[in-house]
Amino acid sequence: MSPAFPAGPPAFRLDLTGLETRPAQVWGGVRLVPLVRPEPIADLRLHQELYEAEYAAVPVGRRTTYHSYIPHGFVADWTHDGTPAAAYGTRLDPAAGPSGTPSAALPAAPPERVRVRVPRRLAKREGRTRLRFLPLHLALEGYLALHFGGPSIAWEQWSDRALRRGLSPRAEEAYSGGQVRGLADALRVFELHPGQCGLLVYVADALAVASVVPHPDDYRALHRTLLLDLYGELIHHYAVLSAPVPDFRADLRGAGPINSVADLRAAVAQQEHAWTAFHDGTMAGGLLDTAYRARTVRRLGRFTLSRFLPEFRPRQENHIGEAITDEQGRIAYLKTFRLSEPQIRRGYLLDRLAAHDWHLPTTATALNLTEPQLALRLDAAGFAELLRQDVLDHHRRAARG
Amino acid sequence: METYGDLVAAEDVLLFVNAAITGTGQREFHSGAAEQQLSLDFLHTYMCVNYRGPYAAALALDINDHNAALIVRRLLETSREATEEQRRTEGRLIARRLELLPPQRVYRLIGELRRAKVNNRRTRAILRDWLAARPDQTLDAVKYRAGLKRALRHAHLRPAEAETGDFLYAPGRRAKYRAPLLDAWRRAHHQKAAVFELPYTVAESFAQRHGIPRAAFLDRIAPRLTALERLRLQESARAHGADAVAADLAGMPLTRLASYVLGLPPADRIARRAELTDALRGSARRAARAAGSAGSASAGGSWGRVTAVLDDSWSAYGSGVKRRRPLAAALACHFLLEALADEYTALWTSGRTDALLARPSGPTPLGRRILDALDTAPQRLLIVSDGWDNAPPGLAAEVLRVWRTRLDPERRTSIVHLNPVYDAEGFDVRRLAPTVPTAGLRDAEDLPALVEFARFAEGRTDLAELTAHLAARTARFLSAAPEGTVR
Repeated sequence: MSPAFPAGPPAFRLDLTGLETRPAQVWGGVRLVPLVRPEPIADLRLHQELYEAEYAAVPVGRRTTYHSYIPHGFVADWTHDGTPAAAYGTRLDPAAGPSGTPSAALPAAPPERVRVRVPRRLAKREGRTRLRFLPLHLALEGYLALHFGGPSIAWEQWSDRALRRGLSPRAEEAYSGGQVRGLADALRVFELHPGQCGLLVYVADALAVASVVPHPDDYRALHRTLLLDLYGELIHHYAVLSAPVPDFRADLRGAGPINSVADLRAAVAQQEHAWTAFHDGTMAGGLLDTAYRARTVRRLGRFTLSRFLPEFRPRQENHIGEAITDEQGRIAYLKTFRLSEPQIRRGYLLDRLAAHDWHLPTTATALNLTEPQLALRLDAAGFAELLRQDVLDHHRRAARG
Repeated sequence: METYGDLVAAEDVLLFVNAAITGTGQREFHSGAAEQQLSLDFLHTYMCVNYRGPYAAALALDINDHNAALIVRRLLETSREATEEQRRTEGRLIARRLELLPPQRVYRLIGELRRAKVNNRRTRAILRDWLAARPDQTLDAVKYRAGLKRALRHAHLRPAEAETGDFLYAPGRRAKYRAPLLDAWRRAHHQKAAVFELPYTVAESFAQRHGIPRAAFLDRIAPRLTALERLRLQESARAHGADAVAADLAGMPLTRLASYVLGLPPADRIARRAELTDALRGSARRAARAAGSAGSASAGGSWGRVTAVLDDSWSAYGSGVKRRRPLAAALACHFLLEALADEYTALWTSGRTDALLARPSGPTPLGRRILDALDTAPQRLLIVSDGWDNAPPGLAAEVLRVWRTRLDPERRTSIVHLNPVYDAEGFDVRRLAPTVPTAGLRDAEDLPALVEFARFAEGRTDLAELTAHLAARTARFLSAAPEGTVR
């Protein structure tokens, strides 16, 4: 399998133009920051569909499958001419008269059953203007498939298995939102803002997920699906161990002399502005200020569905994710997954190796290491099977004594 | 001379009164039922041990029935710890309060006393007097059969009539009863017509057994419905086409009526706008008149220029068991203030202006709304909110602080925060700012009394003043009781 993310000049940046940050709401260790769209995107709509299967095996290429617990998928509908689109499953209510006034008290007929089936692809076109995709799994598969083919040149240190089968099987663990302590309650007591189209979830003030949808109605319907999303072990551990985080309370003491209600109003506006600036610049900085490597998955009219990987900087915030952007690169849909430290390290090592054509000594020099150190690091990262057993044993023995 | 202890005592008493007005041990928006009950239980124990006098005196205030029953129970459980003088006052307070409680609550309380094995002489005497004062024991025997049975057993009493005794303990013994209600119950087992002579709650299960269609049942049982049953059944009766149940809405209590209105779908509210608004206004006018005659500092149209900030954020939904309760309290306050004020402005947190279409949604930008309210230069500013100010958090407190310290140090505007939700974690209702008094709110009808009471919560509370107030309320409460029934 060819590398999913060809190394090239990093081009992709998350552009949240059109989304405004509103004050956070805190519940225990979870801080939720709403994003509001003053002008919603009408020609792209999302809808959720639930799957019954405990887990699913989704083919992603020839003889490659992606196995995961997949509780739900999203269906995107769009129009080509910019007219408002309807979310999948939307029905004209026969009980509502032509003027829109609800008539008789007769309950509407039950909706036609939507056929539920195990997803066949991570992103599959269902019609001319409809796409079904598996949120976050798209991004996660991109991460798992990173340099999945294994060594590109058969240097002597690599095992037969690595040369023949690459990194397969490659596995990562994640927790579902229901297992992240306090998240369910925080989402329940969260008060949605009018026009809200997105939410940033911080657990113990670490950004866990950024979620953006095109339309407020979609957001209202998909708010609870944050519980079905995946969260890395970092977030799970933070949620268990975190003490309640404090509110950023408004404080007008430093606002200068206030002698009239107008002064007070100005000070209040200034407070609100300060929060927005602080959040976008500092709290979400790790997500927004970095460049990503993106790959287009599918085009949807004027929109583009793509998934992106970070530059894998160890000991820093790294997010993978998927996004739907419009022709100007503004985000219409976004979902991110925060990598934990070991995951970042794995991505980093694979990236470095690939950059040096899988040649161990050159990679080691580039990383300021010796070859045995690099081998042991690969071992610690869980890639022991890539190295020939005798090579690895040799390095291990050398390290011990 | 005021000591530190006095201050703490006054604060504790105020905190307890707020809790007793709002806390019901049910699930709220932010906390579960177990948390609420645990929190209330602690407060009751703490108060009963440390401030027995004020604890009993709370029965004279507008606390809710749940807490009244808890107080009565705890006082009776700990009779031994009371002095002779305390016992006398407590006995009078308990007797008066039990008269005011709905009978089903008292019967449940008796059941709890029985489970707790509280059966001292004082308890029995109080139960005897309460049972003797019930207007019709045959009605209780039919409607609260298990409760009455338990009560009579627990208090070692004979029923008023031998017949009632047979009805309760040996229903097969008599072929016929002289009391019409008891006989109707007997006949209802085999005669459909007799079902409609019974109280609604009892008749309902008989109707089920006879297979009487719901619409026909509602139509014929309508004359036997109590006012609140009638209100509760309005919508289901309308769906069944039982017109006889239709109630005179204006005669309903204001907060209940507000709850009913909020339970209607928006389309119905629009279609019946005139009717609903009239009913709410009529009910509010009645509440305002009652407040005026009850001797509060206020009568209709004497509050001057009033502005209210009303919370219709998503948290005003309450919970599945108290659906839209905080919003109903706010809506009821809206109509009551309209009746009380000369000039009234309402500001909902969502920015909507049509009170009748209020629905819980959106965040709580209280700070901004309070600013808007202060712009109207009101004489009184009332804030009805659960105190979860979150857009941005703490702004309301800051605005109020700056207003009090810099813009209005002479206190020309009186500001009161009324909170309908008990915060289990804080053992109190959530406050907005230390400079603004916060009072718990149960029914909007109590609003004038609460605004009067809220002055104690402002700044340093004077214990002597508070005790005097409690004593006055106790005296007023007891003097309203008919002579001879108290002991």
